[in-house]
Amino acid sequence: MAFPHRPDAPELPDFSMLKRLARDQLIYLLEQQHEVDKLYKVENKPALSSNEQLCFLVRPRIKNMRYIASLVNADKLSGRTRKYKVIFSPQKFYACEMVLEEEGIYGDVSCDEWAFSLLPLDVDLLSMELPEFFRDYFLEGDQRWINTVAQALHLLSTLYGPFPNCYGIGRCAKMAYELWRNLEEEEDGETKSRRPEIGHIFLLDRDVDFVTALCSQVVYEGLVDDTFRIKCGSVDFGPEVTSSDKSLKVLLNAEDKVFNEIRNEHFSNVFGFLSQKARNLQAQYDRRRGMDIKQMKNFVSQELKGLKQEHRLLSLHIGACESIMKKKTKQDFQELIKTEHALLEGFNIRESTSYIEEHIDRQVSPIESLRLMCLLSITENGLIPKDYRSLKTQYLQSYGPEHLLTFSNLRRAGLLTEQAPGDTLTAVESKVSKLVTDKAAGKITDAFSSLAKRSNFRAISKKLNLIPRVDGEYDLKVPRDMAYVFSGAYVPLSCRIIEQVLERRSWQGLDEVVRLLNCSDFAFTDMTKEDKASSESLRLILVVFLGGCTFSEISALRFLGREKGYRFIFLTTAVTNSARLMEAMSEVKA
Amino acid sequence: MDCYTANWNPLGDSAFYRKYELYSMDWDLKEELRDCLVAAAPYGGPIALLRNPWRKEKAASVRPVLDIYSASGMPLASLLWKSGPVVSLGWSAEEELLCVQEDGAVLVYGLHGDFRRHFSMGNEVLQNRVLDARIFHTEFGSGVAILTGAHRFTLSANVGDLKLRRMPEVPGLQSAPSCWTALCQDRVAHILLAVGPDLYLLDHAACSAVTPPGLAPGVSSFLQMAVSFTYRHLALFTDTGYIWMGTASLKEKLCEFTCNIRAPPKQMVWCSRPRSKERAVVVAWERRLMVVGDAPESIQFVLDEDSYLVPELDGVRIFSRSTHEFLHEVPAASEEIFKIASMAPGALLLEAQKEYEKESQKADEYLREIQELGQLTQAVQQCIEAAGHEHQPDMQKSLLRAASFGKCFLDRFPPDSFVHMCQDLRVLNAVRDYHIGIPLTYSQYKQLTIQVLLDRLVLRRLYPLAIQICEYLRLPEVQGVSRILAHWACYKVQQKDVSDEDVARAINQKLGDTPGVSYSDIAARAYGCGRTELAIKLLEYEPRSGEQVPLLLKMKRSKLALSKAIESGDTDLVFTVLLHLKNELNRGDFFMTLRNQPMALSLYRQFCKHQELETLKDLYNQDDNHQELGSFHIRASYAAEERIEGRVAALQTAADAFYKAKNEFAAKATEDQMRLLRLQRRLEDELGGQFLDLSLHDTVTTLILGSHNKRAEQLARDFRIPDKRLWWLKLTALADLEDWEELEKFSKSKKSPIGYLPFVEICMKQHNKYEAKKYASRVGPEQKVKALLLVGDVAQAADVAIEHRNEAELSLVLSHCTGATDGATADKIQRARAQAQKK
Repeated sequence: MAFPHRPDAPELPDFSMLKRLARDQLIYLLEQQHEVDKLYKVENKPALSSNEQLCFLVRPRIKNMRYIASLVNADKLSGRTRKYKVIFSPQKFYACEMVLEEEGIYGDVSCDEWAFSLLPLDVDLLSMELPEFFRDYFLEGDQRWINTVAQALHLLSTLYGPFPNCYGIGRCAKMAYELWRNLEEEEDGETKSRRPEIGHIFLLDRDVDFVTALCSQVVYEGLVDDTFRIKCGSVDFGPEVTSSDKSLKVLLNAEDKVFNEIRNEHFSNVFGFLSQKARNLQAQYDRRRGMDIKQMKNFVSQELKGLKQEHRLLSLHIGACESIMKKKTKQDFQELIKTEHALLEGFNIRESTSYIEEHIDRQVSPIESLRLMCLLSITENGLIPKDYRSLKTQYLQSYGPEHLLTFSNLRRAGLLTEQAPGDTLTAVESKVSKLVTDKAAGKITDAFSSLAKRSNFRAISKKLNLIPRVDGEYDLKVPRDMAYVFSGAYVPLSCRIIEQVLERRSWQGLDEVVRLLNCSDFAFTDMTKEDKASSESLRLILVVFLGGCTFSEISALRFLGREKGYRFIFLTTAVTNSARLMEAMSEVKA
Repeated sequence: MDCYTANWNPLGDSAFYRKYELYSMDWDLKEELRDCLVAAAPYGGPIALLRNPWRKEKAASVRPVLDIYSASGMPLASLLWKSGPVVSLGWSAEEELLCVQEDGAVLVYGLHGDFRRHFSMGNEVLQNRVLDARIFHTEFGSGVAILTGAHRFTLSANVGDLKLRRMPEVPGLQSAPSCWTALCQDRVAHILLAVGPDLYLLDHAACSAVTPPGLAPGVSSFLQMAVSFTYRHLALFTDTGYIWMGTASLKEKLCEFTCNIRAPPKQMVWCSRPRSKERAVVVAWERRLMVVGDAPESIQFVLDEDSYLVPELDGVRIFSRSTHEFLHEVPAASEEIFKIASMAPGALLLEAQKEYEKESQKADEYLREIQELGQLTQAVQQCIEAAGHEHQPDMQKSLLRAASFGKCFLDRFPPDSFVHMCQDLRVLNAVRDYHIGIPLTYSQYKQLTIQVLLDRLVLRRLYPLAIQICEYLRLPEVQGVSRILAHWACYKVQQKDVSDEDVARAINQKLGDTPGVSYSDIAARAYGCGRTELAIKLLEYEPRSGEQVPLLLKMKRSKLALSKAIESGDTDLVFTVLLHLKNELNRGDFFMTLRNQPMALSLYRQFCKHQELETLKDLYNQDDNHQELGSFHIRASYAAEERIEGRVAALQTAADAFYKAKNEFAAKATEDQMRLLRLQRRLEDELGGQFLDLSLHDTVTTLILGSHNKRAEQLARDFRIPDKRLWWLKLTALADLEDWEELEKFSKSKKSPIGYLPFVEICMKQHNKYEAKKYASRVGPEQKVKALLLVGDVAQAADVAIEHRNEAELSLVLSHCTGATDGATADKIQRARAQAQKK
């Protein structure tokens, strides 16, 4: 199936350069600079090595510093002296040194940096592998990673030429963009003279669109992520998938031919596709029968290996599908999806609320319940006070009082809020907007939204036509728009914004939407002259998600690219999904 | 040609010495040189004169004057000497003037007479006074050696990093040595001194007597000693007029000479150059100058005036009231070319070129001659090299012209040496100019390097020339022009008579955004001169806000520093400023500052959360942020506190905070939790088992699983657990226990608020079809079909669906019809459907 790209679609830049660069740096650091000969994973337990020197390769997190300090101090107590080296990736933070100092081991360790920030997970996907970005920035307001993002962008522009067109939305996007520009200015004009390879860059904050990230994913890759959790582009398939007694680590990327064809498909098509594929495979095997010796020799030497490989992958993915089916039917996945769609469309709110309540009461899953509550809150501009209290009470009864803090976090991040008393005016407002011009309505909405930061999802959805009007069944086999990634019920907001801006080459005409997103000061466009950019590069778009993006969004944009003849490249602080977002906000007992 | 060698003087068979004038001095000296303390820096450096020294016992009321001149006699500075008596003057390698006072204090002045700093040579020196002092140069920098009144030596090998070393005593030394010098060997400084007929070498451990090998007998005293520029050679002048020349290690004699003058010479210095053919010493008396080497005859010059010798790398500079001359051994290339009747290839080439200019056919003859010997390349090289050693531009030109002429007849002569020589000569001629007054030779220039030469020009504030040289040599901006502009700016900020605005504007106009110029460095200089306001103005031109921060902190503009740090987006920088502020301000002010900077605040909070919990609490308290305070105590209740009382107390504090924050919900929830905790504790005491830290739901479940139904009911009532939850809870728990009897009893206790479908589902989950069927019958009509399908009664499900005439239900049932067994049912549904459609 997997729709082919248009013949004139541009070639993707070669990201293997990034990998080579990072690898060489690391090898140099470990072997030449620090003479490391054996690698261990940093875990919270005593180091086993009896070596004279310990070298830690860590993220600059305070937790890690504490761990190192405990090791060093334990060594000191037992009268042991070794050399300690800490390599921070992607950079060292002053706060980390402070902790080392406070723990009294600053003099015992020497520090180094490994400026590795871009990991190419796939031909079109770069990840910074900074899952903490989301919590640090969107909850704690900590801006430390923004500089890292700016530096990553700077690296990209030195390798792949400048970006002639820049767009962005969100406070963090704007800061990252400005820092990046400063970096470029400090450098000599060398990069500026280069021919751009990538024509557009689009920066987007995760908090511009929480809704999409909170929905259950039904595209195959997203579903695999939701079910098995993809880590760094690979997934651990347990015994229930491999139908043996061993787990198997599988790389999921464009190299996997089978996966590449189904990754962007709606789950309902995947089974059919896989069985078709299995039949084809069988047919190819069967060709052996009529062969003479020479043909057979050819077959064995050339095709058999490929077929076997494909066979192996096929059975893995079929196993994965079965496992997903089993899990999903158990919890009545259909009901869940139905509720989500109802929330997105904004009908039967009462019914959905009681569904969520039951969900909590039955202790189905703490993370899922939270997710549904957040989805309800954002789509409805906050919960009405009665529901807000009762759902929270139920949740606390089910999962313990520490989640008072979780709720406080969610509220701060704007994910789960209470409707201010004034918000009951929403209804009035929508009536008013029908009567007066858009501009006047805008003013009224402004007045309302000044009361609290609101998601305005309903209004945005209407403006951008996020809920497709469907006559009859939405044919998921032949998608017509990006809504297919959510069974035709909803076009991802983030992707729609990108589509609209690219179409207009600016934010013009989207003022209303930007205002509703509370991003009036943080939407920007920056175009330079395009004479140097080839028409091919102008159809290459780098989308930067600050705070993470989901596989559904990636699939949706890949679809958009195929439709319009673009190619999208994704740069994200980490690949995320609803569960990861919720876990980032949750407080758990240590 | 003959006239060119007129000033060549042969010494022995192998070498010639020549003396030529560098400058005619018009420095208008009022005093004789002999009445002054004189110091001249090597590498064509400046000359310092301190007139009217104390030793001449003039009227003490007249204050002496310290004058500094360039090598061409241009006055650079003049100042009245107001400090104590000076014993010795000397220049450091950085061209700073070191003035050693009698009391052992060393005052350091800049080239322009600006006082830099002073240091002392120690208490011992202070007590015994300074008898004599020498300034010498080592690999590390410049050293000072002092002979005290107690005839002891103290030295420091590097005045930049002052470490005083007192040398060991010389046994039996009662009077000052007749002569002494500092030696530098194997990176260690020694002192060599002569007492009567004996020589002693002092290193930092011991004093050892040494004897020069092959010293002529009859010496009763050494009058003068000289060490060569590179510390490799040593010359000794004895009272018999005998001169011993050898290696400084005193292991080898090179040559000796006996002159007819026995009077102690005024000065004696080595005159040699790297790869010198001859090693010679220049000895100066009042009216006579003598060059002696390994030859029976010496070269003698008459001195018309009082003169002073300055040893250089490749010769000796001699200056007097009216002239400044250079005496050196004629370099090999020049000698080859210009020696009378020389047939060296270079000489022939020079001749050929001259004939060519005269349009004479002889040019061809000469050229042919060189080519026949295959020496044209060598000839060109010789001419280029010789050009470098010429002082007169005319001579340089004619040699270069010859080289260029010869080059035409060569196929592959690499052009670099020629081009570089042209460039170097242009630079050299520029700095040798009378107005600049740095008479560097080519060898000295190469030794010094262009970077150092530029530094020296900058030191003389010759910024335009330095920039021109950079541009001419196309040096990279960062090393060249930008660096010089930055120095200029640093000088500019010291002009106190110009207003802050004007200085800032002038600097910005010149510098613009030249890459590599750091405005913050210039600002730092301005601050160093006490011009804080100017520094702040300059910092505004600094494009990288991160660079502004350290200086702002130093200037105690911490708040401005904080906002600049935030602007830079560098969280590390913000953090640095924060810690600075934390120490600088009292806690209240610190918190207030944080309050106005949300970015800094959240950064600090993050840090506190991990490292300083108490500070975090104070922060919230300061802000009256009761909501966060509440959260803080909640976290403490399960993370920090162990004992149940402590936990309850923490929760109580949290509840109070929540009330203050008007968050009734959280307050109530917290109070509930306190109750629950106490209760769980009681349950553990009474029933045993694990209850603490379970959620309310789990607590009740655990009670039911333990068959404490009464207690469970009680708990549910106490905590107002809604019916729905309770039913779900009980249902799940009883099914887990497989207590079907109790479950049935429970189901009949009253009408189920969650319907009966869950009962069916849960029984089926436990694979108890029998029990499930019991409840299926009680399921309400809307969910009946689902329930029947769950228990696998497809036929009855079909009946109900048909009865309901519900299309969706019919399809649902149909999808459950599998295989032959349900064939009949499927038919039935199809029929019903058809019927429905007919209607």
